[in-house]
Amino acid sequence: MNRFRGAIVPIALLILWEILSRVGVFSPIVLPPPSAVAVKWYSGLLPGLPYDPATESYWHWMFSGEMPHDAIASLGRVLMGFCVGAGLAVPVGLLLGTSDRLYALFNPLLQILRPIPPIAYIPLAIVWFGLGNPPALFLIALGTFFPVLVNTIAGVRQVDSIYIRAARNLGAGSWTMFRRVILPAASPFVLAGMRIGIGTAFIVVIVAEMIAVSDGLGYRILEAREYMWSDKIIGGMLTIGILGLIIDGAMSRLNDHLLRWHRGLER
Amino acid sequence: MSAQIEIAQASKVFGTGAGAVPALDGITATVPEGQFLCLLGPSGCGKSTLLNAIAGFTPLSAGRITMGGRPVTEPGPDRGMVFQEYALFPWMNVEDNVRFGLDIRGVPRADATVTVDRIVATLGLSDFRKRYPKDLSGGMRQRVAIARILALDPPVMLMDEPFGALDALTRRTLQDELLRIWAEYRKTVIFVTHSIEEAIYLADRILVMTYRPGRIKRDLTVEIPRPRDTASGEFNALKRELAGLVMAEQQRFTSAELHGAAVD
Repeated sequence: MNRFRGAIVPIALLILWEILSRVGVFSPIVLPPPSAVAVKWYSGLLPGLPYDPATESYWHWMFSGEMPHDAIASLGRVLMGFCVGAGLAVPVGLLLGTSDRLYALFNPLLQILRPIPPIAYIPLAIVWFGLGNPPALFLIALGTFFPVLVNTIAGVRQVDSIYIRAARNLGAGSWTMFRRVILPAASPFVLAGMRIGIGTAFIVVIVAEMIAVSDGLGYRILEAREYMWSDKIIGGMLTIGILGLIIDGAMSRLNDHLLRWHRGLER
Repeated sequence: MSAQIEIAQASKVFGTGAGAVPALDGITATVPEGQFLCLLGPSGCGKSTLLNAIAGFTPLSAGRITMGGRPVTEPGPDRGMVFQEYALFPWMNVEDNVRFGLDIRGVPRADATVTVDRIVATLGLSDFRKRYPKDLSGGMRQRVAIARILALDPPVMLMDEPFGALDALTRRTLQDELLRIWAEYRKTVIFVTHSIEEAIYLADRILVMTYRPGRIKRDLTVEIPRPRDTASGEFNALKRELAGLVMAEQQRFTSAELHGAAVD
Protein backbone atom coordinates (compact mmCIF):
# COMPACT_ATOMS: atom_id res chain seq x y z
CA MET A 1 0.00 0.00 0.00
CA ASN A 2 2.84 2.35 0.88
CA ARG A 3 4.16 2.06 -2.64
CA PHE A 4 1.06 3.70 -4.01
CA ARG A 5 0.78 6.44 -1.40
CA GLY A 6 2.81 8.80 -3.58
CA ALA A 7 0.22 8.45 -6.36
CA ILE A 8 -2.78 9.49 -4.25
CA VAL A 9 -2.30 13.26 -4.46
CA PRO A 10 -1.54 13.46 -8.21
CA ILE A 11 -4.47 11.18 -9.08
CA ALA A 12 -6.84 13.12 -6.83
CA LEU A 13 -5.73 16.38 -8.44
CA LEU A 14 -6.20 14.94 -11.93
CA ILE A 15 -9.72 13.81 -11.07
CA LEU A 16 -10.56 17.20 -9.57
CA TRP A 17 -9.12 18.96 -12.62
CA GLU A 18 -11.11 16.69 -14.97
CA ILE A 19 -14.34 17.33 -13.11
CA LEU A 20 -13.83 21.10 -12.91
CA SER A 21 -13.05 21.30 -16.62
CA ARG A 22 -15.95 19.04 -17.63
CA VAL A 23 -18.58 20.95 -15.65
CA GLY A 24 -17.35 24.14 -17.27
CA VAL A 25 -15.59 25.89 -14.38
CA PHE A 26 -12.63 26.43 -16.75
CA SER A 27 -13.03 27.04 -20.43
CA PRO A 28 -11.16 24.47 -22.60
CA ILE A 29 -8.86 27.28 -23.72
CA VAL A 30 -7.80 28.21 -20.22
CA LEU A 31 -7.53 24.68 -18.87
CA PRO A 32 -8.59 21.72 -21.03
CA PRO A 33 -9.45 18.51 -19.13
CA PRO A 34 -6.56 16.07 -18.64
CA SER A 35 -8.32 13.46 -20.76
CA ALA A 36 -8.26 15.86 -23.73
CA VAL A 37 -4.56 16.55 -23.11
CA ALA A 38 -3.89 12.81 -23.01
CA VAL A 39 -5.73 12.20 -26.28
CA LYS A 40 -3.92 15.07 -27.99
CA TRP A 41 -0.57 13.94 -26.59
CA TYR A 42 -1.12 10.39 -27.81
CA SER A 43 -2.18 11.52 -31.28
CA GLY A 44 0.96 13.62 -31.54
CA LEU A 45 2.98 10.56 -30.66
CA LEU A 46 1.60 8.50 -33.55
CA PRO A 47 2.86 8.72 -37.11
CA GLY A 48 0.75 10.90 -39.38
CA LEU A 49 0.67 8.55 -42.37
CA PRO A 50 0.10 4.78 -42.62
CA TYR A 51 3.18 2.58 -42.72
CA ASP A 52 4.52 2.00 -46.23
CA PRO A 53 7.51 -0.37 -46.39
CA ALA A 54 8.27 0.84 -49.93
CA THR A 55 9.17 4.42 -48.92
CA GLU A 56 10.70 4.17 -45.44
CA SER A 57 11.97 1.84 -42.75
CA TYR A 58 9.77 0.80 -39.85
CA TRP A 59 11.76 2.72 -37.23
CA HIS A 60 11.78 5.83 -39.33
CA TRP A 61 8.02 5.58 -39.65
CA MET A 62 7.60 4.93 -35.91
CA PHE A 63 9.26 8.25 -35.09
CA SER A 64 7.71 10.22 -37.92
CA GLY A 65 4.92 11.63 -35.74
CA GLU A 66 5.07 15.32 -34.97
CA MET A 67 6.04 14.93 -31.32
CA PRO A 68 8.83 12.37 -31.77
CA HIS A 69 10.20 14.55 -34.54
CA ASP A 70 10.20 17.61 -32.28
CA ALA A 71 11.64 15.72 -29.35
CA ILE A 72 14.50 14.40 -31.48
CA ALA A 73 15.14 17.89 -32.87
CA SER A 74 15.31 19.41 -29.37
CA LEU A 75 17.43 16.59 -28.02
CA GLY A 76 19.84 16.89 -30.94
CA ARG A 77 20.26 20.61 -30.27
CA VAL A 78 20.84 20.00 -26.58
CA LEU A 79 23.48 17.36 -27.28
CA MET A 80 25.27 19.38 -29.94
CA GLY A 81 25.24 22.59 -27.91
CA PHE A 82 26.28 20.68 -24.82
CA CYS A 83 29.19 19.03 -26.60
CA VAL A 84 30.43 22.38 -27.91
CA GLY A 85 29.97 24.15 -24.56
CA ALA A 86 31.41 21.41 -22.37
CA GLY A 87 34.08 20.61 -24.97
CA LEU A 88 35.37 24.16 -24.62
CA ALA A 89 34.75 24.55 -20.89
CA VAL A 90 36.63 21.44 -19.71
CA PRO A 91 40.03 22.25 -21.26
CA VAL A 92 39.74 25.94 -20.39
CA GLY A 93 38.71 25.03 -16.85
CA LEU A 94 41.62 22.62 -16.46
CA LEU A 95 43.98 25.32 -17.64
CA LEU A 96 42.58 28.02 -15.36
CA GLY A 97 42.41 25.60 -12.45
CA THR A 98 46.04 24.51 -12.80
CA SER A 99 47.64 27.88 -13.46
CA ASP A 100 47.37 30.44 -10.68
CA ARG A 101 48.55 33.16 -13.03
CA LEU A 102 45.90 32.50 -15.68
CA TYR A 103 43.31 32.16 -12.96
CA ALA A 104 44.20 35.58 -11.56
CA LEU A 105 44.01 37.05 -15.07
CA PHE A 106 40.71 35.55 -16.13
CA ASN A 107 38.73 35.03 -12.95
CA PRO A 108 37.44 38.65 -12.68
CA LEU A 109 36.14 38.49 -16.26
CA LEU A 110 34.56 35.14 -15.54
CA GLN A 111 32.81 36.51 -12.46
CA ILE A 112 31.34 39.36 -14.55
CA LEU A 113 30.11 37.15 -17.37
CA ARG A 114 28.90 34.21 -15.32
CA PRO A 115 25.78 35.78 -13.75
CA ILE A 116 24.38 36.91 -17.15
CA PRO A 117 21.63 34.37 -17.94
CA PRO A 118 22.18 32.78 -21.37
CA ILE A 119 18.70 33.91 -22.34
CA ALA A 120 19.86 37.52 -22.08
CA TYR A 121 22.15 36.78 -25.02
CA ILE A 122 19.20 36.08 -27.34
CA PRO A 123 19.13 39.50 -29.04
CA LEU A 124 22.87 39.47 -29.54
CA ALA A 125 22.77 35.86 -30.76
CA ILE A 126 20.23 36.83 -33.44
CA VAL A 127 22.30 39.86 -34.46
CA TRP A 128 25.39 37.69 -34.71
CA PHE A 129 23.98 34.51 -36.19
CA GLY A 130 20.62 35.44 -37.69
CA LEU A 131 17.80 32.91 -37.31
CA GLY A 132 17.87 29.11 -37.47
CA ASN A 133 20.07 26.63 -35.70
CA PRO A 134 23.28 28.68 -35.24
CA PRO A 135 21.91 31.13 -32.62
CA ALA A 136 20.13 28.28 -30.83
CA LEU A 137 23.30 26.22 -30.63
CA PHE A 138 25.26 29.26 -29.51
CA LEU A 139 22.83 29.89 -26.66
CA ILE A 140 22.80 26.25 -25.58
CA ALA A 141 26.59 26.04 -25.69
CA LEU A 142 26.77 29.23 -23.64
CA GLY A 143 24.33 27.82 -21.09
CA THR A 144 26.51 24.75 -20.73
CA PHE A 145 29.84 26.55 -20.80
CA PHE A 146 29.75 28.48 -17.55
CA PRO A 147 28.53 25.83 -15.11
CA VAL A 148 31.01 23.31 -16.52
CA LEU A 149 33.83 25.88 -16.49
CA VAL A 150 33.23 27.07 -12.95
CA ASN A 151 32.98 23.53 -11.62
CA THR A 152 36.05 22.33 -13.48
CA ILE A 153 38.12 25.19 -12.08
CA ALA A 154 36.84 24.50 -8.57
CA GLY A 155 37.46 20.77 -9.03
CA VAL A 156 41.08 21.25 -10.01
CA ARG A 157 41.75 23.81 -7.31
CA GLN A 158 40.32 21.71 -4.51
CA VAL A 159 42.36 18.56 -5.24
CA ASP A 160 43.58 17.37 -1.83
CA SER A 161 47.29 18.11 -1.52
CA ILE A 162 47.84 14.70 0.08
CA TYR A 163 47.26 13.05 -3.34
CA ILE A 164 49.77 15.40 -4.93
CA ARG A 165 52.29 14.61 -2.21
CA ALA A 166 51.74 10.88 -2.49
CA ALA A 167 52.14 10.97 -6.28
CA ARG A 168 55.28 13.10 -6.11
CA ASN A 169 56.67 10.65 -3.58
CA LEU A 170 56.07 7.86 -6.10
CA GLY A 171 57.99 9.88 -8.67
CA ALA A 172 55.13 11.29 -10.77
CA GLY A 173 56.09 13.96 -13.29
CA SER A 174 53.77 16.81 -14.19
CA TRP A 175 51.97 15.02 -17.05
CA THR A 176 51.30 11.88 -15.00
CA MET A 177 50.25 14.09 -12.12
CA PHE A 178 47.78 15.87 -14.33
CA ARG A 179 46.39 12.86 -16.14
CA ARG A 180 46.24 10.30 -13.36
CA VAL A 181 45.83 12.41 -10.22
CA ILE A 182 44.42 15.89 -10.84
CA LEU A 183 42.00 14.87 -13.58
CA PRO A 184 40.36 11.97 -11.74
CA ALA A 185 40.41 13.87 -8.44
CA ALA A 186 38.59 16.75 -10.11
CA SER A 187 36.15 14.55 -12.02
CA PRO A 188 33.33 14.56 -9.44
CA PHE A 189 33.22 18.36 -9.74
CA VAL A 190 33.45 18.30 -13.52
CA LEU A 191 30.60 15.80 -13.77
CA ALA A 192 28.49 17.81 -11.34
CA GLY A 193 29.11 20.82 -13.58
CA MET A 194 28.03 18.83 -16.61
CA ARG A 195 24.84 17.80 -14.91
CA ILE A 196 24.01 21.42 -14.13
CA GLY A 197 25.13 22.38 -17.63
CA ILE A 198 22.87 19.94 -19.42
CA GLY A 199 19.98 21.09 -17.23
CA THR A 200 20.65 24.67 -18.28
CA ALA A 201 21.00 23.58 -21.91
CA PHE A 202 17.57 22.01 -21.71
CA ILE A 203 16.01 25.23 -20.41
CA VAL A 204 17.80 27.26 -23.05
CA VAL A 205 16.81 24.99 -25.94
CA ILE A 206 13.10 25.48 -25.24
CA VAL A 207 13.47 29.26 -25.19
CA ALA A 208 15.75 29.32 -28.23
CA GLU A 209 13.29 27.24 -30.20
CA MET A 210 10.51 29.69 -29.40
CA ILE A 211 12.52 32.40 -31.11
CA ALA A 212 14.90 31.20 -33.75
CA VAL A 213 13.76 27.93 -35.35
CA SER A 214 10.68 26.21 -36.75
CA ASP A 215 10.65 22.82 -35.09
CA GLY A 216 11.39 21.34 -31.70
CA LEU A 217 9.30 21.17 -28.55
CA GLY A 218 9.73 24.85 -27.67
CA TYR A 219 8.62 25.95 -31.13
CA ARG A 220 5.65 23.56 -31.04
CA ILE A 221 4.10 24.83 -27.82
CA LEU A 222 4.46 28.43 -28.93
CA GLU A 223 2.89 27.52 -32.26
CA ALA A 224 -0.01 25.84 -30.43
CA ARG A 225 -0.62 29.06 -28.55
CA GLU A 226 -1.27 30.86 -31.84
CA TYR A 227 -4.24 28.56 -32.37
CA MET A 228 -5.22 28.51 -28.70
CA TRP A 229 -4.62 24.73 -28.58
CA SER A 230 -4.16 24.58 -24.87
CA ASP A 231 -4.35 20.78 -24.83
CA LYS A 232 -1.41 20.69 -27.21
CA ILE A 233 0.52 23.21 -25.14
CA ILE A 234 0.09 21.15 -22.00
CA GLY A 235 0.90 17.96 -23.90
CA GLY A 236 4.09 19.57 -25.18
CA MET A 237 5.01 20.63 -21.66
CA LEU A 238 4.47 17.06 -20.56
CA THR A 239 6.89 15.83 -23.24
CA ILE A 240 9.44 18.45 -22.21
CA GLY A 241 9.16 17.24 -18.62
CA ILE A 242 9.58 13.61 -19.59
CA LEU A 243 12.58 14.40 -21.78
CA GLY A 244 14.19 16.41 -18.98
CA LEU A 245 13.65 13.52 -16.60
CA ILE A 246 15.24 11.09 -19.06
CA ILE A 247 18.26 13.35 -19.60
CA ASP A 248 18.82 13.88 -15.89
CA GLY A 249 18.35 10.18 -15.19
CA ALA A 250 20.89 9.27 -17.85
CA MET A 251 23.38 11.80 -16.48
CA SER A 252 22.87 10.46 -12.99
CA ARG A 253 23.44 6.86 -14.14
CA LEU A 254 26.58 7.93 -15.98
CA ASN A 255 27.84 9.74 -12.87
CA ASP A 256 27.18 6.72 -10.68
CA HIS A 257 29.14 4.56 -13.06
CA LEU A 258 32.09 6.90 -13.57
CA LEU A 259 32.29 7.78 -9.88
CA ARG A 260 31.76 4.29 -8.52
CA TRP A 261 34.98 4.75 -6.53
CA HIS A 262 33.69 7.92 -4.89
CA ARG A 263 32.92 7.95 -1.20
CA GLY A 264 29.84 10.09 -1.74
CA LEU A 265 28.16 7.17 -3.46
CA GLU A 266 28.45 4.73 -0.60
CA ARG A 267 25.12 3.10 -0.05
CA MET B 1 73.01 3.53 -3.64
CA SER B 2 73.64 3.33 0.06
CA ALA B 3 70.56 3.97 2.12
CA GLN B 4 72.41 5.73 4.92
CA ILE B 5 70.79 9.01 5.82
CA GLU B 6 72.79 11.86 7.28
CA ILE B 7 71.08 14.79 8.92
CA ALA B 8 73.43 17.67 9.60
CA GLN B 9 72.42 20.75 11.61
CA ALA B 10 68.91 20.58 10.18
CA SER B 11 66.83 23.61 11.14
CA LYS B 12 63.42 24.73 10.00
CA VAL B 13 61.53 27.92 10.79
CA PHE B 14 57.95 28.30 9.61
CA GLY B 15 56.84 31.87 8.88
CA THR B 16 58.79 35.06 9.44
CA GLY B 17 58.99 37.95 11.87
CA ALA B 18 57.04 37.86 15.10
CA GLY B 19 54.94 34.88 13.98
CA ALA B 20 57.92 32.71 13.10
CA VAL B 21 57.75 29.21 14.57
CA PRO B 22 61.02 27.33 15.04
CA ALA B 23 60.10 23.74 14.22
CA LEU B 24 63.55 22.16 14.05
CA ASP B 25 66.74 23.42 15.59
CA GLY B 26 70.10 21.95 14.69
CA ILE B 27 69.17 18.30 14.40
CA THR B 28 72.17 16.11 13.65
CA ALA B 29 71.91 12.34 13.30
CA THR B 30 73.11 9.50 11.13
CA VAL B 31 70.68 6.73 10.28
CA PRO B 32 72.66 3.71 9.09
CA GLU B 33 71.34 1.47 6.33
CA GLY B 34 68.82 -1.07 7.58
CA GLN B 35 68.11 0.68 10.86
CA PHE B 36 64.59 0.95 12.23
CA LEU B 37 64.50 4.43 13.74
CA CYS B 38 61.56 5.95 15.62
CA LEU B 39 61.11 9.68 16.06
CA LEU B 40 59.18 10.07 19.30
CA GLY B 41 57.69 13.18 20.84
CA PRO B 42 54.49 15.13 21.51
CA SER B 43 52.61 17.18 18.92
CA GLY B 44 54.63 20.18 17.79
CA CYS B 45 58.05 18.61 18.43
CA GLY B 46 58.89 18.75 14.74
CA LYS B 47 59.05 14.99 14.19
CA SER B 48 56.76 15.14 11.16
CA THR B 49 58.61 18.21 9.89
CA LEU B 50 61.87 16.28 10.06
CA LEU B 51 60.30 13.33 8.25
CA ASN B 52 58.89 15.63 5.56
CA ALA B 53 62.32 17.19 5.15
CA ILE B 54 63.87 13.74 4.67
CA ALA B 55 61.09 12.94 2.19
CA GLY B 56 61.93 16.12 0.29
CA PHE B 57 58.55 17.77 0.82
CA THR B 58 59.77 20.47 3.21
CA PRO B 59 62.94 22.42 2.39
CA LEU B 60 65.14 23.12 5.41
CA SER B 61 65.88 26.66 6.57
CA ALA B 62 69.44 25.63 7.37
CA GLY B 63 71.54 22.49 7.44
CA ARG B 64 71.36 19.55 5.08
CA ILE B 65 70.12 16.04 4.66
CA THR B 66 71.87 13.52 2.45
CA MET B 67 71.04 10.00 1.43
CA GLY B 68 73.94 7.84 0.36
CA GLY B 69 76.02 11.00 0.22
CA ARG B 70 73.67 12.81 -2.15
CA PRO B 71 71.70 15.82 -0.91
CA VAL B 72 67.93 15.41 -0.64
CA THR B 73 66.29 18.14 -2.69
CA GLU B 74 62.93 16.74 -3.77
CA PRO B 75 60.57 13.84 -3.13
CA GLY B 76 61.44 10.58 -4.79
CA PRO B 77 60.50 6.91 -4.84
CA ASP B 78 63.79 5.96 -3.17
CA ARG B 79 62.21 7.27 0.03
CA GLY B 80 58.74 5.75 0.03
CA MET B 81 56.33 7.53 2.32
CA VAL B 82 53.37 6.10 4.22
CA PHE B 83 50.99 8.78 5.44
CA GLN B 84 48.72 8.66 8.46
CA GLU B 85 45.80 9.64 6.20
CA TYR B 86 46.60 6.67 3.90
CA ALA B 87 46.61 8.97 0.84
CA LEU B 88 45.50 6.14 -1.42
CA PHE B 89 44.11 7.27 -4.75
CA PRO B 90 40.37 6.65 -4.32
CA TRP B 91 39.77 6.38 -8.06
CA MET B 92 42.18 3.46 -8.37
CA ASN B 93 41.43 0.00 -7.05
CA VAL B 94 43.92 -1.75 -4.79
CA GLU B 95 45.82 -3.29 -7.68
CA ASP B 96 46.11 -0.02 -9.59
CA ASN B 97 47.24 1.84 -6.48
CA VAL B 98 50.05 -0.69 -6.04
CA ARG B 99 50.86 -0.59 -9.74
CA PHE B 100 50.90 3.22 -10.03
CA GLY B 101 54.54 3.74 -9.01
CA LEU B 102 55.64 1.01 -11.43
CA ASP B 103 53.69 2.71 -14.23
CA ILE B 104 55.48 5.96 -13.43
CA ARG B 105 58.80 4.18 -13.49
CA GLY B 106 57.92 2.78 -16.92
CA VAL B 107 58.06 -0.88 -15.89
CA PRO B 108 56.58 -3.05 -18.68
CA ARG B 109 53.08 -4.24 -17.92
CA ALA B 110 53.90 -7.94 -17.58
CA ASP B 111 56.82 -7.29 -15.22
CA ALA B 112 54.74 -4.89 -13.21
CA THR B 113 52.02 -7.51 -12.87
CA VAL B 114 54.52 -10.01 -11.45
CA THR B 115 55.64 -7.45 -8.85
CA VAL B 116 52.08 -6.44 -8.02
CA ASP B 117 51.09 -10.09 -7.55
CA ARG B 118 53.98 -10.71 -5.19
CA ILE B 119 53.52 -7.54 -3.11
CA VAL B 120 49.76 -7.91 -2.91
CA ALA B 121 50.22 -11.48 -1.67
CA THR B 122 52.90 -10.40 0.85
CA LEU B 123 50.47 -7.98 2.44
CA GLY B 124 47.51 -10.36 2.39
CA LEU B 125 45.58 -8.25 -0.09
CA SER B 126 45.02 -10.89 -2.78
CA ASP B 127 41.27 -11.09 -2.17
CA PHE B 128 40.89 -7.31 -2.30
CA ARG B 129 42.68 -6.48 -5.53
CA LYS B 130 39.67 -5.08 -7.35
CA ARG B 131 38.26 -3.18 -4.38
CA TYR B 132 38.30 0.58 -4.19
CA PRO B 133 39.81 2.23 -1.08
CA LYS B 134 36.39 3.39 0.13
CA ASP B 135 35.41 -0.26 0.58
CA LEU B 136 38.42 -1.09 2.77
CA SER B 137 38.91 -0.79 6.52
CA GLY B 138 41.59 1.53 7.88
CA GLY B 139 43.96 -1.38 8.47
CA MET B 140 43.48 -2.66 4.94
CA ARG B 141 44.02 0.80 3.50
CA GLN B 142 47.31 1.12 5.33
CA ARG B 143 48.35 -2.28 4.00
CA VAL B 144 47.71 -0.96 0.49
CA ALA B 145 49.72 2.17 1.26
CA ILE B 146 52.65 0.02 2.40
CA ALA B 147 52.26 -2.23 -0.64
CA ARG B 148 52.22 0.80 -2.91
CA ILE B 149 55.68 1.95 -1.82
CA LEU B 150 57.05 -1.58 -1.37
CA ALA B 151 56.32 -2.27 -5.04
CA LEU B 152 59.03 0.27 -5.88
CA ASP B 153 61.48 -1.48 -3.55
CA PRO B 154 62.68 1.78 -1.94
CA PRO B 155 65.82 1.54 0.20
CA VAL B 156 64.18 3.85 2.74
CA MET B 157 60.65 3.80 4.09
CA LEU B 158 59.32 6.93 5.79
CA MET B 159 56.27 6.45 7.95
CA ASP B 160 54.32 9.35 9.43
CA GLU B 161 52.27 7.98 12.32
CA PRO B 162 50.95 5.34 9.92
CA PHE B 163 49.00 3.38 12.52
CA GLY B 164 47.79 6.37 14.54
CA ALA B 165 44.21 6.13 13.35
CA LEU B 166 43.84 2.37 13.83
CA ASP B 167 42.32 0.45 16.72
CA ALA B 168 44.74 -1.23 19.12
CA LEU B 169 44.41 -4.77 17.74
CA THR B 170 44.71 -3.80 14.09
CA ARG B 171 47.61 -1.63 15.06
CA ARG B 172 49.49 -4.50 16.68
CA THR B 173 48.84 -6.75 13.68
CA LEU B 174 50.24 -4.14 11.31
CA GLN B 175 53.22 -3.47 13.56
CA ASP B 176 54.09 -7.17 13.40
CA GLU B 177 53.54 -7.17 9.66
CA LEU B 178 55.83 -4.18 9.27
CA LEU B 179 58.55 -5.84 11.36
CA ARG B 180 58.25 -8.96 9.22
CA ILE B 181 58.59 -6.90 6.02
CA TRP B 182 61.45 -4.91 7.47
CA ALA B 183 63.27 -8.11 8.44
CA GLU B 184 62.63 -9.65 5.04
CA TYR B 185 63.50 -6.66 2.85
CA ARG B 186 66.08 -4.99 5.14
CA LYS B 187 64.80 -1.46 4.57
CA THR B 188 65.92 1.59 6.46
CA VAL B 189 62.78 2.72 8.27
CA ILE B 190 62.17 6.12 9.81
CA PHE B 191 58.94 5.96 11.74
CA VAL B 192 57.23 8.89 13.42
CA THR B 193 55.03 8.19 16.41
CA HIS B 194 53.83 9.75 19.63
CA SER B 195 53.22 6.34 21.16
CA ILE B 196 56.00 5.33 23.54
CA GLU B 197 54.94 1.70 23.45
CA GLU B 198 54.89 1.64 19.65
CA ALA B 199 58.38 3.11 19.52
CA ILE B 200 59.82 0.54 21.94
CA TYR B 201 57.98 -2.32 20.24
CA LEU B 202 59.33 -1.45 16.79
CA ALA B 203 62.57 0.46 16.91
CA ASP B 204 66.27 -0.34 16.91
CA ARG B 205 66.80 3.20 18.01
CA ILE B 206 64.60 6.00 19.32
CA LEU B 207 65.18 9.72 19.00
CA VAL B 208 63.14 11.57 21.62
CA MET B 209 62.45 15.11 20.47
CA THR B 210 61.77 18.27 22.44
CA TYR B 211 58.74 20.49 22.04
CA ARG B 212 59.40 23.58 19.95
CA PRO B 213 62.03 24.06 18.80
CA GLY B 214 62.49 20.40 17.90
CA ARG B 215 65.82 19.17 19.17
CA ILE B 216 67.05 15.71 20.00
CA LYS B 217 66.50 15.24 23.69
CA ARG B 218 67.68 11.66 23.89
CA ASP B 219 69.15 9.23 21.39
CA LEU B 220 68.81 5.70 22.70
CA THR B 221 69.20 2.19 21.36
CA VAL B 222 66.59 -0.43 22.19
CA GLU B 223 68.52 -3.55 23.16
CA ILE B 224 65.51 -5.78 23.88
CA PRO B 225 65.56 -8.80 21.51
CA ARG B 226 62.64 -9.27 19.12
CA PRO B 227 59.89 -10.36 19.29
CA ARG B 228 59.42 -7.97 22.15
CA ASP B 229 57.03 -8.69 24.98
CA THR B 230 55.21 -5.50 25.94
CA ALA B 231 54.54 -6.97 29.39
CA SER B 232 58.16 -7.77 30.19
CA GLY B 233 60.11 -6.00 32.90
CA GLU B 234 62.75 -4.50 30.65
CA PHE B 235 60.07 -3.25 28.22
CA ASN B 236 58.28 -1.49 31.04
CA ALA B 237 61.46 -0.12 32.55
CA LEU B 238 62.26 1.51 29.23
CA LYS B 239 58.69 2.66 28.87
CA ARG B 240 58.88 4.37 32.28
CA GLU B 241 62.12 6.06 31.38
CA LEU B 242 60.78 7.33 28.05
CA ALA B 243 57.48 8.39 29.58
CA GLY B 244 59.37 10.71 31.90
CA LEU B 245 61.17 12.29 28.94
CA VAL B 246 58.16 12.55 26.66
CA MET B 247 55.69 13.74 29.29
CA ALA B 248 57.96 16.65 30.24
CA GLU B 249 57.73 17.79 26.61
CA GLN B 250 54.02 17.06 26.50
CA GLN B 251 53.56 19.43 29.48
CA ARG B 252 55.41 22.16 27.64
CA PHE B 253 53.12 21.54 24.67
CA THR B 254 49.99 21.64 26.83
CA SER B 255 50.93 24.85 28.59
CA ALA B 256 51.84 26.47 25.26
CA GLU B 257 48.49 25.36 23.91
CA LEU B 258 46.65 26.76 26.91
CA HIS B 259 48.41 30.08 26.34
CA GLY B 260 47.40 30.07 22.72
CA ALA B 261 50.91 29.66 21.40
CA ALA B 262 50.53 26.28 19.71
CA VAL B 263 49.96 26.62 16.00
CA ASP B 264 49.90 22.92 15.24
